[in-house]
Amino acid sequence: MSPELRRRETIAGYLFLLPSLIFFIGFVVVPMVMCVVTSFFDANMDLNTPDKFIWFNNYIELWKDPVFLKALKNTFIIVVVSVPFTCIFSLWVASAIYKMREGLLSFFRIVFYLPVVTGSVAVTVVWKWMYNNYYGIFNYVLKNTGIISKNINWLGNPQYALWCIILILLTTSVGQPIVLYVSALSNVDNSLVEASEVDGANNLQVFWRIKWPQIMPTTLYILIITTINSFQCFALIQLLTSGGPNYATETVMYYIYYSAFKLYRFGYGNAMGVILAIFIGILSAIQFRLAREK
Amino acid sequence: MSKDNGSSVAYKIFSLVVLIVLAFLFIFPLYWIITGMFKPPAAINSPVPQWFPKEFTMRNITELFSRRTAPLFGEIALRVPGAVRWMINTVFMAVMAMILTCITAAMAGYALAKKRFIGRALLFSLIVAAMALPKQVILVPLVREISSLGLYDNIWAVILPTVGWPFGVFLMKQFSEGIPGEMMEAARIDGASEFRTFTSVVVPMIKPGIGALAIFTFINSWNDYFMQLIMLTSNSNLTISLGIATMQAENSTDFGLIMAGAALAAVPIILVFLLFQKYFTKGITMGAVKG
Repeated sequence: MSPELRRRETIAGYLFLLPSLIFFIGFVVVPMVMCVVTSFFDANMDLNTPDKFIWFNNYIELWKDPVFLKALKNTFIIVVVSVPFTCIFSLWVASAIYKMREGLLSFFRIVFYLPVVTGSVAVTVVWKWMYNNYYGIFNYVLKNTGIISKNINWLGNPQYALWCIILILLTTSVGQPIVLYVSALSNVDNSLVEASEVDGANNLQVFWRIKWPQIMPTTLYILIITTINSFQCFALIQLLTSGGPNYATETVMYYIYYSAFKLYRFGYGNAMGVILAIFIGILSAIQFRLAREK
Repeated sequence: MSKDNGSSVAYKIFSLVVLIVLAFLFIFPLYWIITGMFKPPAAINSPVPQWFPKEFTMRNITELFSRRTAPLFGEIALRVPGAVRWMINTVFMAVMAMILTCITAAMAGYALAKKRFIGRALLFSLIVAAMALPKQVILVPLVREISSLGLYDNIWAVILPTVGWPFGVFLMKQFSEGIPGEMMEAARIDGASEFRTFTSVVVPMIKPGIGALAIFTFINSWNDYFMQLIMLTSNSNLTISLGIATMQAENSTDFGLIMAGAALAAVPIILVFLLFQKYFTKGITMGAVKG
């Protein structure tokens, strides 16, 4: 490429990028940097009082804060339960539906996507009603089938509350992975599948030897987005339990919100944000590695 | 397949039954919202659920629209029920976010895919890295930035950061990769300017991609509760999700009223999704990292 053309391409390239870059830098990169910077400050929401630089004190305090440690533990439970379950569930649904005719396939795809589109607030308020101690259908159905003998206050009981949240989270997480798996499975090279069937491979062998390696990039992508989603679980908690009872459903994301906007401890909230981002980064890297090795 | 034997037929029937049960469970919350909206308080607050409403009442809907009023838009004197204003805010927010995202992302995606400029690889890595970050983490510092811009509790506080999120750029880059270089070359030889080439050659080619991004942004922006929650506070600036959340905090046991609100928030966006779901599916699959 001639230097003249190169120069023209660069100018044109940046002109096309400019509007997008303004938004990206202004509302993504700047806050990202701010998040790291303010995590070293004792900062509140008031713009008129100057922030005080306190080195690593926010981070040190975090590791001594029992609420944060509890939140971290709960967040890990959510991730460890929901990520594998979401992946396996959506892979199973996708393999059961991807060969169906178009209308039926669309129907199932839409149905499993429905809880995502409905929106977290609408989904949460209806589940809150279903979980209700007195008027909820869960207690009614479980009592009438003899599974429980008396009403359970699902969301008010530290033993069950987190699992109730995870159940809702699962219904709102599988939609996107199913769409992705359906598309990945229909793109699997059919000649390989047929060749191995001629060689006498059974369905299970065809799946693990032929299809699984080919859908690996999709699996990796799904693992990463599901991990990020589970870490960010917020609306369910804010609307259902506010982290209670007795911090049983406190998660890192909810505690960030609570510290920054209820306690006005802005720097403290951002220090948690940095830790959360680091955890997600490490997990994504591990998943990436594992997928590469296969 | 030719070698279907007994056990695989049995498995197919089994999986179909499981799928139908699951489909029923996934539709149920929506069914419960819509039927709940028409149930009188006696049926709602009964330990024995009514699987289908025995009598239909408009009480919940009337109640929803008889609550605190707000100006129709801006600060004008004409006042309407709060829920109407929330709906107007939400539609305005989602439409503006959609238009701005599509324009900026289409331009940027094209540049990243087709222009060979200095710093391109670096910029693209930055965008991909930002996409892997949890969005909500950056929203906390964003509140202070928005406040210092004087936009706090203003619907633009929710629109602008949505436009900055790099997923759209990434998606449009995927779509623009497919444009044959000869077409742009031909336009250049005909003497078209860079911008003309973009509008008359590139945009028509990436239309399906723009459609996918538009519907994706619209739905995500409509449902981005966390961002709305931290940016908007006063009654006349709320979105529909936020309004329903506030309402349920104030009347936590009036489930009939809350279901009417939930239906108002969910039904329009579900209809939009159903109308455009082909584009939507395409957007999701193209947005996934390839290979």
